[in-house]
Order: sequence, then C-alpha cells, then structure tokens
Amino acid sequence: MSQNGHKVIGTRPIRHDGVDKVTGRAIYGADIQLTGLLHGAIKRSPHPHARIKNIDTSRAEAHPGVRAVVTAHDLPQIADKLADLGEAIVNLRDASNNVLAYGKVLYKGHAVSGVAAINLHVAQEAVELIDVEYEVLPHVTGVLEAMEDGAPILHEDMKTTSMGEETDKVSNVANHFQHKMGEPDDGFAEADVVIEREFTTQTVHQGYIETHNATAHWNEEGQLTIWTSTQGAFSVRDQMSEILQMPVSKVKIVPLEIGGGFGGKISVYLDPVAALLSKRTGHPVKMTMTRDEVFEGTGPTPGSYLKVKMGATSDGRLTAATAYMAYEAGAYPGSPVGAGAGCIFTPYDIPNVQIDGYDVCVNKPKTNAYRAPGATNAAYATETVVDEISEKLGVDPLEFRVKNGAKEGTRRADGPVHPRIGCIETTEAALNSEHYRSSLAKSGNGKVRGRGVASGYWFNFNGGRSAISVSINPDGTINMLEGSTDIGGTRASIAMQLAETIGLEATDIKPYVVDTDSIGYTDVTGGSRTTFGTGYAAHATGQALIREMKERASKLWDVPADAIDFEDGVFSYRDDAEKRGSFKELASQAGDAGGPVVAQVSTNPDGSGGGAFATHVVDVEIDRETGKVDILRYTAVQDAGTAIHPSYVEGQMQGGVVQGIGWGLNEEYIYNDEGSMTNASFLDYRMPTTLDLPMIETIIVEVPNESHPYGVRGVGEVPIVPPPAALANAIYDATGVRLRDLPMSPPRVQKALAENGG
Amino acid sequence: MATIYIPSLMRDLTGGKEIIHIEGADMRQIIANLETAYPGFKQRLLEEGTQRIKPNIAVMIDGRNARRILLDKVNEDSEIHFLPAISGGI
Repeated sequence: MSQNGHKVIGTRPIRHDGVDKVTGRAIYGADIQLTGLLHGAIKRSPHPHARIKNIDTSRAEAHPGVRAVVTAHDLPQIADKLADLGEAIVNLRDASNNVLAYGKVLYKGHAVSGVAAINLHVAQEAVELIDVEYEVLPHVTGVLEAMEDGAPILHEDMKTTSMGEETDKVSNVANHFQHKMGEPDDGFAEADVVIEREFTTQTVHQGYIETHNATAHWNEEGQLTIWTSTQGAFSVRDQMSEILQMPVSKVKIVPLEIGGGFGGKISVYLDPVAALLSKRTGHPVKMTMTRDEVFEGTGPTPGSYLKVKMGATSDGRLTAATAYMAYEAGAYPGSPVGAGAGCIFTPYDIPNVQIDGYDVCVNKPKTNAYRAPGATNAAYATETVVDEISEKLGVDPLEFRVKNGAKEGTRRADGPVHPRIGCIETTEAALNSEHYRSSLAKSGNGKVRGRGVASGYWFNFNGGRSAISVSINPDGTINMLEGSTDIGGTRASIAMQLAETIGLEATDIKPYVVDTDSIGYTDVTGGSRTTFGTGYAAHATGQALIREMKERASKLWDVPADAIDFEDGVFSYRDDAEKRGSFKELASQAGDAGGPVVAQVSTNPDGSGGGAFATHVVDVEIDRETGKVDILRYTAVQDAGTAIHPSYVEGQMQGGVVQGIGWGLNEEYIYNDEGSMTNASFLDYRMPTTLDLPMIETIIVEVPNESHPYGVRGVGEVPIVPPPAALANAIYDATGVRLRDLPMSPPRVQKALAENGG
Repeated sequence: MATIYIPSLMRDLTGGKEIIHIEGADMRQIIANLETAYPGFKQRLLEEGTQRIKPNIAVMIDGRNARRILLDKVNEDSEIHFLPAISGGI
C-alpha cells in the first residue's frame, strides 16, 4: 500500500520494458532489417537562403548502385492551408517544403534531394553527384534583425496575421497577438518599484541521443508502411497522408522504441522521402540522420528576444506587468511564442497585464517543440525581474512568490481562470526545504558562491484523444494495447492506472505500444498529456472491464449483475458471502460465460484540469577568472497532482532540470557570418554530462488534479522551465552581476564580470 | 448569457469592448449571435465556409478547450475566451 491509499499508484515497480532496454533487445529504428532493403541519404543546402535555379540529378542516377533520386518535384503540390494534426498545427505547404525544398532553400541543411542506393556509402557518394544551381540570397538569422524593415524576406507572399486577420504588410513577422487584462499603465502608476529589462536566448536543440530515422515500404498494392522513431504514430500517419496526398487507410505507421524526443520527434523529415524512394524502387528504403543532420536539418527550440516590465508596491504586491516577446520560428511560421505568452506571468496573480507576441521567420531550421516550448525563454525573463523586485523590496524571493502566487480562481494573463492548482504549495515546499533553509558555506578556493530560485509553469495539454484495447488471459493477466509511444515510462504509468482500477498488480498488465492499424487514434506523447490522457483511458478501460466481469459473474453465479459489488479487487454477491472471487479467480472462468473478455475504450477529456508548477533552488560556485559556473546543489520542487510512479516523476524532474541547466549555461547554435552553424556536433555543442552535475534532489508535491480520476498532472515539461532563471539569480547572488543573455557560458560570464567589476 | 472575453486585437469589432454577453446554448449559436451583434467575427474565427474554428485559434469555455467543430455546450454563466492556438509542433 502506498502512502496515498492506493495499492499500485505511488509504488515503484520495475518498468515493463526495462529488461529489453538494458539487454539491448528493444528494437529501435536503426535495428530494422528487411529483405531487399535499400539505404537512403539526403542532399542538403550549403546556403542559409538561396533560390534553387536547377537540380541536375543525372550524374547521381548514373552512379553504380543508385536506385532512385527524388526532389520536391516528386512531391504533390500542397495547398497553403493550416491543418490540425493532433496537437500540432501545421501549414501543409510549409511542411512539404520543409521535407524537400521547393523553389528556395531557407536554411543551411535544408533538404533538397533524396537518394536510394544499395548501401549507405553509395547513397552518400551519390549525394555529392547531385548538382544544384543556386542564386544565393541575403540571409537573416537574428529575430530582431528579421523584424526590421529592409530585412531579407524569407517568404515573399507572407503577410503578418493578427488573431486570424491578415494585414497588408509583407514581413518576416508571421503573426502578432496580444493578451491584455486590466490597465497596465494604471498598475505601474500604483507601483513603488518598477523594473524593465531586456533578455535574449539562443537556439537550443533537444539533443535526443537517437537520431531521426525512417524505413518505408510502399508495396505493389499501394500500401505504405513506415517504421520510425516518433512521439506520435498517428500524427506521422496524418502528416504522411497530407504531404503525399494519399488516404490515411493506405498508411500504416509502426512506432519503434524512441531514444529521446522531448518534442522534437513529432514532425516528419525523412519519412516522406523514404516513402517516395520506396515507391520509385519497389524496395523498402531506410534512412537515418547523422548528428550534424539532426542539428542542422531538424527543429530546435527558438532563440528569442524579450522585454519584461513588472511593478510592485512597497508592501510586496505585484500591480502590473508587460511583456514584448519575439520568438524565432525558423524557416516557416510556428514558433512557440503563443505558449510562452500563456506561461510568462502565470505563476502570479497580477491585475494588469499586457503581452505582445511575435512569431518571426529567420534563416534557421523550422523550430519544433522542446519540453514546455516557449516557457523557458519566458521564465528566464520574468523570474529574474521578480528576483530583482524582491531584492529592491528587501523581501525573500520565495516569500514574495508565495504572496503573489496564483491559486484557484486567479485569472491567467491570457484570460482563463485557474482551477485547483499547486503553485503556492510548490513554492512553500521550496521555501521550507532543507536545501533552502540551509546556509550556503563560503568557498575556500577563491571562487564565489551564490543561491538562486525561480518558478515556472506549463499548461499541460488538454488530455487529447487516447485509445486502449485489452484482452484478459485465463490466468487473470491482461494484454494492454495502446497508441501512446513510451518516451518516459508511460507503459508503466498507464498500466499501473489500469491495475489500480481493477485490483491487479502492475506486473499483471502487459502493455504493448502498437501500430496505427491496431489501435484507435491516439494523440502524440507530448505536452505532458500521456500519463494524464491515456491514463484517463486506462481508468475508463478498467471501469469497462469491471462492468463486463460483473456480467460474467452474473452468469456464472446465476445472480443479477446489479447485485454484484466490486471492492478491493474482489467481486462479491451481496446476498451470499460464498459467491465471491478476485479478478484473477473470475478470469479463469469468465471465458466460459460469454467468450474471451475484451474491452476497447477511447477517451477525449475536456481539459487537463490546470497546469503544472515548479520552483527550483540552486547553489552555484563561480570561477571569476574563467567564468565557469559549477552546480553545487540543485533541488527541484514540483506539483505532480498524484505521482503514479514516483521514480519516473523524479526522473522527469531530474531530466528536465539537466536540460534546463544545459540551456542556461552552455548550449547554443553558434552561427558564422555565412549563416552556417559552426558547432553541429556533440563535441562542440556542449550538453551537460553526469560529470558536470551533482545528483538533482527532488521534492514531489501532490495537489490532486480534479479533472483526473486519480488526480494526475503531467510532469514532463515544467521542470525545464525554471533552471536558466534560477542560475542567473544564483550567479547574481554570487557576483552582484545580472546576466540577461543565454547561455551564461564561461566567456559570457567572464566578460560580464570583467565589465561590471563582479 | 455567456460572457465572452474579446482579445485586444479583435476589439475593433466590438467598438473596444473587452467583455460582452451573448445568448447561446452551444458554441455554434454563440458565434452566430456574435456575428449578428458584431459583424466580422465569423470571418475572423471560422474556416471559410465551415463551422470549424480556424486551426490557429483556440476556444476555451470555462477553462476547458472547446472542440473545433463547435458542438460544446455553453451555460448561462459560462466564460469564453478566444486565444492563439498553441503551435510549434507540440
């Protein structure tokens, strides 16, 4: 029995897929081998912005061993229209042009052609034989530069849109929106302290270990099968259907194990090209990206510029806040600035707010989701301004956050009102933590130390569509088929919710992630929705099984079904104590009373029931000579609603923190004057390793989510939100110098200290 | 009547009003009545010739995401927001 009164929920069973993964038996994309398999490679643009004048594939096609070459002219021409593909809103023409450039290349690394050959080496040789004639155009990679009049224009037909209304202005600004609540000018007039600061963040990649891959087989009957690493098999199916203009019924996606995604494995890149090459050759075609292709040809999270202004009274009440947020969309519209705007002031109760968001195209890869997309950029700005206000007022920064924290009934800056949330509870838990209550010893080695805190918010998406199909074995175990790909232990977290509902052990459930022909539509594993949304379906499946088992018991015992109770995993007839049996006991006989017991359930909850909040505390030590920042201690506090499997909640928190630390201290796409990324390898793109960090301490707060039968909140996104701001505040505490540009890498810290005498 | 919060960039359609009250038992009725009272909303909110919300706009009813086909029920005391849809390939 766990502490929360559940038998399964809150315990820590070994994950169902654990043995396969640690023994190397789990099947990933690179493991796929099929009869007659060909290997593909991609020709990519060397220019960040150029018009394609001609593509000559004749030399490549004549190369021995080459079986096919394709370009954008082999893709159907797609209309300029938006489509809602699960949780991703995609302009179909842009999606197609991002797969293979049509007319123009818009970033270095943009795919222009694909080759299939008898092996990878021949395919790579053939790529070099494709002759592309370019007219090189001026490029722009910075968000503010791209917004200037006279900036190089990426899309000559793109006009700025405001809340669905197209303006007449041709610009790189795809979209401008505004949230306004109250009267910010009046609020600032009431304030005794007003702080306004500017911030920049750089392009950062999710850095998943497994690179993108796809193996496609387009058979003689026109049936396309794709084996791929993805966060959403049905989303891939829909994208393939739209990009290739073929019925969804002709596309089957087989999701394989996924070696990390973090939001970056939802859009398709290789899959349509592999499909075209397979159609052309009649053979299956396998494509796998190299690391530099992942950096330069897939979607990172955007660089951004933010200006944030906040005001508070001398007694510590926030009165007003404004934000100007410009996010890089990359080559095509669709940055996460909307999500960032929905998060930027959400941990606070502020009566007067205005937020202006701008989605801006630049000559970089089309951005994609990365854990709480848009929110980390936003929190970096807000949380350092809040720190500065707290300091000016002479109040503890966490007590200031508690005093101004959002709670049930608080209106969000973007309009809606919070339901039951755990914002204040997480902040109070951080305030009362042993870490925060402890004193930070001075360094004995000439370095300086400081402590910083920051909070963060992520919506958690609205549950989404999920399907589960189960069959009961005669021994009472259950085979559970699901459509949610498992990127963070969700086989376990979903199986545990089913087990809890029907009174079994987690190990009695055998979860399988299956292909799109074998289960109902299931939205992507992303946005912190899966343990909530597919867990919701698991609970509903358990309820369906209980109803069915009552019917079976009714026949076996010859009693009315509505006189059978189910409690603590046992079915019993109210009027005869002898007529009772556990789920497993009944399962052995149930097949005789109506055939195999099966159930299929699909759900689509109305909402996520309030988002996730986190507050982090970090101690750092800084070498003033080199600017290097070392993490001495880090504690992450987060509201999980109900922690289904606490180890995986802790794992998500720790993983998010580590990625946030990398974002804060080191990671960035470094571009040269030619618009080319100069650090497209893990040697030069500096991500934290186990040698860089201490064990990340975690405190799970549980404020049950009223919209979920077990109180679940998604946990995967919000832990990446506070780290950069917490680190900036810690660096200030140590040095007296505030850094407002990410990453706070050794050269930047050293320079800032030298300039400011820190 | 349901309370509609008008985004600042759509307030040109409501003469600057931030909050308006509209009759309707579901979102289709709400938008039809909104269009009657303040012409131009249908064009801003719906895909051309359809009863579907544009993909780049999210509708929230009482803090919950409404479905794009506008069949969600609306109560007398419901609160409705039109927000930019969260995109970015989530």
